[in-house]
Amino acid sequence: METLEQIKVRLEVALPSAKVEILANECALGERSLLVDAASGFAMAKFLRDDTQLKLDFCSNVTGVDWPDKEFTEKIKVKQTVDGVEKEVEDVKKTVRPGYLEVVYHLYSMALKHGPVVLRLRTENRADKTHLPSLTPLWRGAEFQEREVFDLYGVIFDGHPDLRRILMWDEFDGFPMRRDYIAPDDFEYEPTPHDEVLVEAKKHYPVEPKAEVKA
Amino acid sequence: MNAVAAMPPKSFEVKPKLDESGTPIGELLEISMGPHHPSTHGVFRMDVVLDGETVVKLKPVFGYLHRNHEKIGENISYLASMPYTDRLDYFCSMTNNWAYALTVEKLAGLAVPERAEYIRVIMAELTRLQNHTCLIGFFVQDMGALGTPMMYAFREREKILDLFESVSGARMMCNYMRFGGVRVDVNDEWIAQTKKVVSDYSKFLDEFGTFLTENEIVLARTQFIGVMSKELAVNASITGPMLRAAGVNYDLRKVDKYGIYSRFNFQVPVGEHGDIYDRYMVRVLEMRESIKILEQALRDIPAGPVMDPKSKLRGFRPKPGEVYGRVEGPKGELGFYLISDGSPNPYRYRVRPPSFVNLTILEDMCLGHRISDAVVILGSVDIVLGEVDR
Amino acid sequence: MLGEQIIKGMAVTAKNFFGSYVSKERLTTVQYPEEHLAQKENTRQFPFLVYDGDDWEKGLRCVACQICEKECPPKCIYIVKSKDKKPDYKGQMQVYPATFDIDISVCMSCQICVEVCPFESIKMDTKFELSTDDRFGGLLLTKDKLAKSNSYYQKMHPQDAAESDAVIAGEKAKAEAKAKAAAEAKVKADAEAKAKAAAAAATTPIAAPTPTTPPPPAK
Repeated sequence: METLEQIKVRLEVALPSAKVEILANECALGERSLLVDAASGFAMAKFLRDDTQLKLDFCSNVTGVDWPDKEFTEKIKVKQTVDGVEKEVEDVKKTVRPGYLEVVYHLYSMALKHGPVVLRLRTENRADKTHLPSLTPLWRGAEFQEREVFDLYGVIFDGHPDLRRILMWDEFDGFPMRRDYIAPDDFEYEPTPHDEVLVEAKKHYPVEPKAEVKA
Repeated sequence: MNAVAAMPPKSFEVKPKLDESGTPIGELLEISMGPHHPSTHGVFRMDVVLDGETVVKLKPVFGYLHRNHEKIGENISYLASMPYTDRLDYFCSMTNNWAYALTVEKLAGLAVPERAEYIRVIMAELTRLQNHTCLIGFFVQDMGALGTPMMYAFREREKILDLFESVSGARMMCNYMRFGGVRVDVNDEWIAQTKKVVSDYSKFLDEFGTFLTENEIVLARTQFIGVMSKELAVNASITGPMLRAAGVNYDLRKVDKYGIYSRFNFQVPVGEHGDIYDRYMVRVLEMRESIKILEQALRDIPAGPVMDPKSKLRGFRPKPGEVYGRVEGPKGELGFYLISDGSPNPYRYRVRPPSFVNLTILEDMCLGHRISDAVVILGSVDIVLGEVDR
Repeated sequence: MLGEQIIKGMAVTAKNFFGSYVSKERLTTVQYPEEHLAQKENTRQFPFLVYDGDDWEKGLRCVACQICEKECPPKCIYIVKSKDKKPDYKGQMQVYPATFDIDISVCMSCQICVEVCPFESIKMDTKFELSTDDRFGGLLLTKDKLAKSNSYYQKMHPQDAAESDAVIAGEKAKAEAKAKAAAEAKVKADAEAKAKAAAAAATTPIAAPTPTTPPPPAK
């Protein structure tokens, strides 16, 4: 199979308005991925499926990943005037990378027995702009998996034939797999509580604190 | 790629048939083959709309066994996830363990010694044998042979589970593979016992085949029922014996050549028609191929260590990165997708379950057939709810 | 003939049915609970704590390092360290667990606690007939219910116990050898110091008279 760089070149030729980026993967044996913008995601995927050299007709896995807002702190040298003398002082700069939801598609080819090509689509933010094009019209196998990403992460797939909750019940509120999901407080007695369970348990019944011991 | 194959069936709006004057004949009956059902292989529900006895709409509903396995995986370490993977597809715990161990080894760059690779292949093929045996027992039971052939299947399966217990300590939840090898070594006595079980298995398969292969009831109920075309199977991401029965030769043991499968001499059975009968014949033939692989592996297993000396049990922190590893489980392609950020717990831990994806075209296969066929078609998909719901 | 294969299938059933009266292989039912199948040596059910000797409190090998508590996947172990110390099998003073609870309604018998324990003190038991009618207290095994002697361990898992005993004996031998070497080194150092002091006293000239009478005893 050709390399990701060659695929990127051909994609840019076929769809000039698309924005394709190759993301590195620090793991040596892992595969690098193609980051594609959401507007041209469907057209790119169609190209990958129908292209005679690639023929990626098998969408093996559809995964949702939640990347919350991340704060980066870096030390930079800033010129400041201290007591009339200009000096270079180390300052701490905080940047926030806004969070997004990501959907990762692993594409293989059953006809030519090669792969994988990893395709990534990202939403704009985690709050309201969580729409992505659905690739179910291209690969039927993505139907249930995209429904699962919708159910557990909240990504809304435009063009999906039947987008409803699949693993949780229909009236459920919330998106459980997100990193900031707080599970409802359902009280159940636990004889050996640890860590977060210990914190929850203390609200309901007196728990013997671990540090003290009567011996 | 024809666009027809990709779209879901037009069963969303179903109306009863109309006669000449335009009035509907009868009513459509909507039933729920609910979670408590002896034939649905677990807590699985199908909302079926029937016109008489013919299925006009079928929507699978599951999630009753959802145990948020993936969320637990994000909160515990890599080693502690290993016993949880046993419980995904609870019939094939060794295969689940191998898929996870393979993925983590890819992530961390660990090497597996040769003896451990042979042991892994032996365990995986034994798992395939007992899974297909069990499945054929259920298949014949779904068609009405209440219990007797299933008990014969379970009698043989017990011999394999005894082997698992004597090496790993538990019959089904083995927790046997580790990152960089297997947990304990097998001794010569175990190898001798396994050789005996494998050599008796072919005789058992011959006897069991008389129930299945040419039985008139089985033929009448399974041939040309639940047909799935090649294009639809590939487009719907079907993997495993279902895919091979539809005519596509795609077996991960031959395509990815993970482990040491390239050393073994075996064939991949591929079906023609894509109906239920082909799926079962593919599984029976796969069992015979597994016996061949087992005989070769048991004959050639070398001596040596069974764990990579560089791997650590505690404080295991793989470097950041992401990886997707997959194996050919008895039900299809079982994959694990791990994203690591350098901490002892994974950042994202995803299981790609074969049964979940294979259920996508359940409706396509059942439309137009009778309700009793729907039960047999579901049995031929071979689902395990532990995997579908995770 | 239509139905021929069905009759062949029924013949197999008949062979199994009548064969179960004559051949042991065909009759695989075990009349539990009157008969029990012999358990395999490696089988594992729930953990237990090993103690050496006869007194379970004094001989308990566990030193409350809490490694098993951290590595347990469903977090069913609950340990509280003691405030005082007691000697372990090597003779060193170690902390011991004042509370060691395992909740067996949560434990999934994965054996990870056994694998990570550095002191050979927690092992897997083989008893599975543990049902009780008290849902929370009856399934919470405390330290006294968990402690079982080393001879019990040797009976249940002979091969594993032999390996474990070998490790313990090896550690003990190493500790003894170290103590012996330290004692010998100390004796040697003392002798050298004494010889040096004697040599120093012999060569230095007598400058000032050193008091040889012992000081008067304090009242």
